[in-house]
Amino acid sequence: MGPVSTPSLEVSGLAFAYPDGHQALFGVDFSLARGERVALLGPNGAGKTTLVLHLNGILSGGVGTVTVAGLPVDKKHMAEIRRKVGIVFQDPDDQLFMPTVREDVAFGPAAAGLRGPELEERVDRALTRVGMAEFKDRPPHHLSFGQRRRVAVATVLAMEPEILVLDEPSSNLDPASRRELADILRSLDVTVLMVTHDLPYALELCPRSLILSEGTIAADGKTAELLADDELMRAHRLELPFGFDPRSVTMGA
Amino acid sequence: MGAGHAHRLYRHGHSPVHALPPHTKLAAAFGFVVVVVSTPREAMWAFGLYAVLLGVVAYAARVPAGFLLKRLLIEVPFVAFAVLMPFVAEGERVEVLGVSLSVSGLWGAWNVLAKGTLGVAASVLLASTTELRSVLLGLQRLRLPPLLVQIASFMIRYGDVITDEMRRMRIARESRGFEASGVKHWGVLAKSAGALFIRSYERGERVHLAMVSRGYAGSMPVIDEVTASRAQWSYALALPVAALVVCVLGWAL
Repeated sequence: MGPVSTPSLEVSGLAFAYPDGHQALFGVDFSLARGERVALLGPNGAGKTTLVLHLNGILSGGVGTVTVAGLPVDKKHMAEIRRKVGIVFQDPDDQLFMPTVREDVAFGPAAAGLRGPELEERVDRALTRVGMAEFKDRPPHHLSFGQRRRVAVATVLAMEPEILVLDEPSSNLDPASRRELADILRSLDVTVLMVTHDLPYALELCPRSLILSEGTIAADGKTAELLADDELMRAHRLELPFGFDPRSVTMGA
Repeated sequence: MGAGHAHRLYRHGHSPVHALPPHTKLAAAFGFVVVVVSTPREAMWAFGLYAVLLGVVAYAARVPAGFLLKRLLIEVPFVAFAVLMPFVAEGERVEVLGVSLSVSGLWGAWNVLAKGTLGVAASVLLASTTELRSVLLGLQRLRLPPLLVQIASFMIRYGDVITDEMRRMRIARESRGFEASGVKHWGVLAKSAGALFIRSYERGERVHLAMVSRGYAGSMPVIDEVTASRAQWSYALALPVAALVVCVLGWAL
């Protein structure tokens, strides 16, 4: 773990068109250093989801390369890549498909071949990190939405990923659940890429942001500076909530 | 379809029958039913003995008779047909209380009634001593095609999600003043059903995406190994073996 070790994620020249001819990405370049928390901002239809699905090789076949911790995303390394890139999807009901919380969290590591006490330990550790250890034997649909979102994060943490990708992590959360999730995300020591519309949340959690607009990275810089640049924000249909001034927020650490 | 589907059929307990591994119980119940079905219908005493055997199992499982009998009511629509047989069947006839009944029809009705009741009773006992989740593990252990087991387990997981979606659609319909009151409204209901199907189908695609992202490659990883000792097998198989003895006697005598 040297200070200038291989980046967690490196995307270069990524372009992609769907089979129906709709081109979603036009050459995307960026790189995330290990341990960084970065927000990926962009209006609807900017290609955010398309980009996310490239990170673990669900979509491929376009131009350009994606490299995760030095490993290229291709057919040969797929199992390894899927373990290293943990995606938390927007709707926890899609993410949690097993009958109990425990089995769901165990799914990823078990698919990677873990068994017995080692598997159990991995499940416990992941659930403890999101504060859901006592819900282990509950069916997911008996949990509140915020709890389900946290379990969804645990299902991915259990795979001990190199990079955690969150798709709209704050959507549908009440303010308390939102803060709890922020505390959890801050406490993790993995690289985080957070796809979101929620600009205050990005400012709260991610020192750096990327703006994806019309299939390219339109801006890459300090979140506070990007949000304060009115012209840039307007140009990419990014709007701050009423009364929110990024300049008046003082960030701790 | 309330909160816990696991609790509707299952009767929580700590009896020796509850403690048996699920696949031994499945094998035992299946064996028992096969033996019962292959017993000649003329050996009426044999069916009495089968009922006694099930009574012993129910006693060991501490399932009260009232509970068992109430669950047996599920059979009623199916045996209604058996009751008609003595009236409609052809052949030799006898007078019972001044009503002319067919002899072969009487035997047929008895056959359906006795075997059906015993089969249902065995299933009810299985369901009330084995959690739905374990039944699936048992089926998996018995090498039922994995696809069938997966479909069944997704039904458990998503039954409530889809019921809930259905409920929300109903509320949305009624909030706009729609009340299904007759044939002319069936079209609306059919469209709702179609929309529900498409929503569920799309959810299926998203769930699949989430599964693939966590390393799913066609088969469910083994999370819980269910194993049975020789002693547990012999406890479970005591039921079908005892039944087999009765059956053989039934053919011999």
